[in-house]
Amino acid sequence: MLDKLKELGSSIGLNPADWSEQDIEEQKLGWYPGHPTPDDPLRWGRTFPEGARETLQNTQMRRNLGYATGKIRTKRNTRVEELPDWEELREAGSLIKRNTLAHLPELLETFEQKVTERGGIVHWARDAAEANEIAYSIIAAKGVDEVVKVKSMATQEINLNSYLEERGIEAWETDLAEMIVQLSHDMPSHIVVPAIHRNRSEVKAIFEARMEGRPRFATNEPRELAMAARAHLRKKFLSAKVAISGANLGVAETGTLAVYESEGNGRMCLTLPETLITVMGIEKIVPSYRDIEVFSQLLPRSATGERMNPYTSFWTGVTEGDGPQEFHLILLDNGRTNVMKDEVGREALKCIRCAACMNICPVYRVSGGHAYNSVYPGPIGAILTPQLLNATDRKDPATSLPFASTLCGACYDVCPVKINIPEILVHLRHTITEANRGGLPNAWDVAMKGTSSVMSSGKKMERAGNAMKAGRLAAGRDRKIGHIPLPVAKEWTGTRDVPAPPATSFRTWWNDEHEETK
Amino acid sequence: MKIALFSTCLNDVMFPQAAQATVRLLERLGHTVAFPREQACCGQMHVNTGYYPEAMPMIRNYVSTFEPVLDGEWDIIVAPSASCTGAIRTQHAMVARTQGDEELATRAERVAAKTVDLPELLIDVLGQADVGAYFPHRVTYHTTCHSLRVTRVGDKPLQLLNHVDGMDFVPLPDADVCCGFGGTFSLKNADVSAAMMSDKMGNIKATGAEILVAGDYSCLMNIAGGLSRTRSGIRAMHLAEVLAGTRDEPWVAPATNTKVGA
Ligand code: SF4
Repeated sequence: MLDKLKELGSSIGLNPADWSEQDIEEQKLGWYPGHPTPDDPLRWGRTFPEGARETLQNTQMRRNLGYATGKIRTKRNTRVEELPDWEELREAGSLIKRNTLAHLPELLETFEQKVTERGGIVHWARDAAEANEIAYSIIAAKGVDEVVKVKSMATQEINLNSYLEERGIEAWETDLAEMIVQLSHDMPSHIVVPAIHRNRSEVKAIFEARMEGRPRFATNEPRELAMAARAHLRKKFLSAKVAISGANLGVAETGTLAVYESEGNGRMCLTLPETLITVMGIEKIVPSYRDIEVFSQLLPRSATGERMNPYTSFWTGVTEGDGPQEFHLILLDNGRTNVMKDEVGREALKCIRCAACMNICPVYRVSGGHAYNSVYPGPIGAILTPQLLNATDRKDPATSLPFASTLCGACYDVCPVKINIPEILVHLRHTITEANRGGLPNAWDVAMKGTSSVMSSGKKMERAGNAMKAGRLAAGRDRKIGHIPLPVAKEWTGTRDVPAPPATSFRTWWNDEHEETK
Repeated sequence: MKIALFSTCLNDVMFPQAAQATVRLLERLGHTVAFPREQACCGQMHVNTGYYPEAMPMIRNYVSTFEPVLDGEWDIIVAPSASCTGAIRTQHAMVARTQGDEELATRAERVAAKTVDLPELLIDVLGQADVGAYFPHRVTYHTTCHSLRVTRVGDKPLQLLNHVDGMDFVPLPDADVCCGFGGTFSLKNADVSAAMMSDKMGNIKATGAEILVAGDYSCLMNIAGGLSRTRSGIRAMHLAEVLAGTRDEPWVAPATNTKVGA
């Protein structure tokens, strides 16, 4: 009986024993425990409201996020406002991407041909399992047990690090923030700044506990921490024989790939090792070399609020005597062709992963990336994750994502490639609703059906308005309705008062006032 | 001018003062206001929650109720709500089209083109930033997301407030950030919604304003609900209520209505 109670308590996050466990763990670690690696990086297992219920309690994280996103937003706005042709650039970015999607098969074939001509080896992966298998077999053939990595969302999406680890290969993340996430056995919570949920003190504690050689720091000054990371990484760069990267874009016309980064770790990985493996989503293609001009202006400004990011690396196949002598490109589908099928939803594939939408999103700001239960959080995650997974069954936690937005529209306005995220959110809500018709209706189906007829007729509204007066009985003399213990209303009245309905609806008042006018 | 009023369903049954103030303001400015009786709801909540077929009767009803505007019965349609105006302008035709009713979609587009939010009517159509209003209170203004990013009324409400006599206006920090309402979002994601609302309340309280003004009672219902629960003593009012009264004839909502927030 008691066990059952405890179990029930745990399931709704109300078992004090669990809290103390988490507190004890946090005490021991010196930082709030990270999110364990999920089996599927696109579907960690919980719905958005369930995830948010936990993350909202982490007030330190909320503070970290509020501070960091605020900083990036301000920088981004400054750098965008100084460009007179920003709107034209956005339009150009959007059209180039639309054009790409319209001709994707041909462009991919050209791209493959160009990469091959220049000495690269192209592999096609339908899903995560195939991509991982290809990457692993290349690495295994080299007989190494460690690789260095450039920060990449594509490899996060397929869980490559875990796959390799299970097979005895250690993959070292070399991006500072990604390294913090890796050392703290955590998941990224942002697509550009993966450790945005951590502050300096937490980073210091993580480094002291988990970095090779267990360094000790006198302060939590960023410079001191970064120098330690630098020394640690330098050894890895110099010894690694194989590097793994993602790509920000691939140029079909020339077979050129690009990585935009800030720390130079990417440049190290892309030039020092003998073998380079790049995993790239098939939507990252742009048709021609000239298109780079547009994205080089859009991406850094939107991502980090810089005119140009410090390191931008381009490479085409292999070059004798310069850089990696073996280059493998894994082109990843993993649900992207599924997204292509939806005329409205496919706009999500224009995304250049700048994260501007999550930096501005007020939902993301309070709930944090982990609440989204996917490596793609924020507004773009809310439309991309369910589409990549083809999630339409309400039982699938990913179907909660399109509802994780107030439709405030801020994401659409900042998106450098003009993805109308609110429109796609509504579209996906519709798709999910339609896909679940015919089954047992839930409370929402009943409410929406039930109100449809009343709310589409003036006469019925008049009667409803009169009936609303009953609500005045529930209110006290102060004409306020406080907590209502009804299941539907409690979400609202848990934190807000509801004013009592007026004694007269507008309609009735109008009728009285304007009797003469019909 | 002959102006048809779309009161919106929320104002009709919960916050008649917004529509009453709009009527008073427009009549005071010398216009004729009509209230087509068959009007009901714009369907925004149903569309935004994903229920397109259920929203169709509402869209059809809105279009047929207000279609006479195209024959000159009225010059324009005004709704004292940016989110309803936005839904009419950006969603009606889209939903009708998705549901295979091209004829309704075309009609909806034409009626939507004649539908404006109150600040748009006053500034763009009537060209009147100064409506002669008097409102001697300390006021702050929440811009509301749909007025900024769907109907794009921009700073028109602020232009109007700027001309209000006697008002002590305090800008609201992060005014353009969502209050967390989002229609059914506030129920489906109640925890996140409450967290966002609490951030919003913090900013409002920091202004020291007596009254929070916005152009939409949906957002106001959300924020005022929190302001009331926390006993902040700050009231919420619609922009129309601030603009309705003059020095000689102050506007007071009929006693049958509910004051929000306090
Ligand atoms: S959706 Fe737009 S704003 Fe968001 S990450 Fe992608 S490109 Fe950037």
